[in-house]
Amino acid sequence: MDLKYSPDEEAFRARVRAFFDAELPADIRDRMGLGKRMRKEDMVRWQQILHRHGWGAVMWPTRFGGTGWNVIQQHIFEEERADIGAPPQNAFSLKMLAPVLMTFANSAQQEYFLPRILAGEDWWCQGYSEPGSGSDLASLRTSAVRRGDHYLVNGQKTWNTFGQHADWIFCLVRTGTEGRPQQGISFLLIDMKSPGITLKPITMLDGEHEINEIWFDDVQVPVENLVGDENKGWTYAKFLLTHERTNNAGIGACKRALKKLKEIAAEQMAYGRPLIEDARFRDRIAQVELELMALEITNLRVLTATANESRALGPEVSVLKIKGSEIQQTLAELQMQALGPDALPFVREALEMDWVAEPSFAEHYRPYAPALSGQYFNLRKTTIYAGSTEIQKNIISQLILGL
Amino acid sequence: MDFNYSNEQLALQDTLRRFIDRDYGFERRRELAGSTLGFSAEAWAQYAGLGLLSLPFPEEFGGLDGNAVDVMLVMEFVGRGLLLEPFLSTVVMCGGLIRDGASDELKRTMLPRIGAGEIKAALACYEGSGRYELSRVACAAVRSGGGWRLSGRKTVVLDAASADYFLVSARTGGTVADPRGISVFLVGRETAGVTMFAYPTQSGGRAADLQLENVAVDADALIGAPQEGLAMVERAVDRGIAALCAEAVGIITALNEATLNHLKTRKQFGVPIGNFQALQHRMADMFIAAEQARSMAVIAAVHADSDDAGARRRAISGAKAYIGQAARLVGQQAVQMHGAMGVVDDFIVSHYFKRLTMIDMSLGDVDFHLARFSDTLA
Repeated sequence: MDLKYSPDEEAFRARVRAFFDAELPADIRDRMGLGKRMRKEDMVRWQQILHRHGWGAVMWPTRFGGTGWNVIQQHIFEEERADIGAPPQNAFSLKMLAPVLMTFANSAQQEYFLPRILAGEDWWCQGYSEPGSGSDLASLRTSAVRRGDHYLVNGQKTWNTFGQHADWIFCLVRTGTEGRPQQGISFLLIDMKSPGITLKPITMLDGEHEINEIWFDDVQVPVENLVGDENKGWTYAKFLLTHERTNNAGIGACKRALKKLKEIAAEQMAYGRPLIEDARFRDRIAQVELELMALEITNLRVLTATANESRALGPEVSVLKIKGSEIQQTLAELQMQALGPDALPFVREALEMDWVAEPSFAEHYRPYAPALSGQYFNLRKTTIYAGSTEIQKNIISQLILGL
Repeated sequence: MDFNYSNEQLALQDTLRRFIDRDYGFERRRELAGSTLGFSAEAWAQYAGLGLLSLPFPEEFGGLDGNAVDVMLVMEFVGRGLLLEPFLSTVVMCGGLIRDGASDELKRTMLPRIGAGEIKAALACYEGSGRYELSRVACAAVRSGGGWRLSGRKTVVLDAASADYFLVSARTGGTVADPRGISVFLVGRETAGVTMFAYPTQSGGRAADLQLENVAVDADALIGAPQEGLAMVERAVDRGIAALCAEAVGIITALNEATLNHLKTRKQFGVPIGNFQALQHRMADMFIAAEQARSMAVIAAVHADSDDAGARRRAISGAKAYIGQAARLVGQQAVQMHGAMGVVDDFIVSHYFKRLTMIDMSLGDVDFHLARFSDTLA
């Protein structure tokens, strides 16, 4: 029993930190730090910088061009990334699709798609949810009918994240109607430039364009874009979801958000003194800090057990997802509440880097302030996406507790 | 980074599990709780034989050189078995205080005898008006002849009735809540002027209030430096808190097992009640709380041996505040989901629940420790 990182791991952390210090472009760092609108070009630029250094995919094995790092090294990388304020990489490409391709795709697919993801050439998005299929994902109805050398895809996907930036979409489609709903699902890779695809933005509660509806109208998809076997897509989808949830503990991001919360609470004034000196508010920070302290260790316990037993992450990631998403939400809520009445202004232009406040107000409004309410609203998604909290509790009660 | 127990520690776990299964069943434990002594003298002798009573002491004083993680492991089973013996008071807190603060001579006198199960000790560190504040000491010690005379009142001294010695915090200088001016004295149970109001606790243990009236002790009864005793008491209590955290985690784990078993076997409306999603989700919440609480107990244990008082206090208080809340959730929900079986004395569930509740009320409750954690927010 020992909670200390080994000297090797500390040296590794220093190496990661030195790289970030040297290579993270200042403009991207500022954009992240101030909660400004992230742009695709920034994320792609950052992916390319990482890739040039050989760190384009820290969770991939070396044979596919990844770093081959163990889970602790990946955790350290992620902590440092969040702490310095580097943008996250495209999780849909790197953390969700890629493991499916490595495990279930044929070598032609692997050789074509994986290097392009690494180099930041392809931006992937996800086509899972449908208007009638949310938590009950297996009820999806978008159909793919085999016509010679291609599938004809018809249907509608929704809650698609950043499809407006995407070159490709990985989709769950229905190829069979026999048996249980799970049995007739296939996993298709679809070029977003294909004729018949229509994308319509959905405005989120924070006023931002992050998600979309996508219609497929007789879209032709070559059969070589099927991953694995026809009608086995549900297996791949569940595999993917486990990987998706892995990253949702978000320890690094939460630690940074906590640090920022304390800074904000030290700057904002209440009753003539810094808000952080108000015990009522401070106790709420303390409570969420305790949750995070515990989750950091719970996360490391899960990761090290997985590494020691050389197995894939199991249903225990549901614990990490539930707690991690709740902590993220609480931190965002407290950051907003720290502003008091200054949480009210909704100034959309303020999310652009070049925005300048009215000179007479610039002193009053801190540069981070305009983003905080929107972030709170936006992060309500975290307990809903990637398997809602209720679905995670179903998983815990069924797969861990045997109920 | 290593969350595994060593082979020795795993062997000790096996031993403790077998001991509880064989010698410390629920009925036996109820008998002991109702007995005059309030625990098992035979079990105490067995613990001595197993080395538990000398576990955290240095080898040169007959100990096994164990650390707070070893104590955590033992305390988890103290929780699971609802063991009543005064391990926390005698070994963890008083033994810890002597090990950390006493002269070598006193260590040579006391530690081997504690380890052998020959003597027991209780920490008298709280007073009526002070709640959980260790610095609020009115009990006074004045020099008298070559020694000291102690007068005052100490309340809810855990395991006092069976103790051969008390470690008493008393004021030798300063005013009532002054952190300076507190000294620690070793007082024999039979010393003239010591009277005791003894009682059982809500969770089956024993405690007492002590009245000290002109209690005369020799000069060598003073432990550590005069006036600077508070740090020693705080450190001993911090060790006790880390141990209580582990005890709570042992109970939470056992309570979750019992509740899960109940959900799978108790049938209503023709199906096991665990088929109902309302109960499934609450059980999932209890499982999550247990995992998080365990992580906090690990944090507490790893910091309990630390000489950095600030970092130690923050970790220990954080753990106690967090685990107190997790224990409340698990305890209350376990009772609720057991239905009527949860609110009667005949089943272990209510006993687990009461012990968890009293753990929160001991050595600082959630509010006390949350405040300590919150006030030192970095």
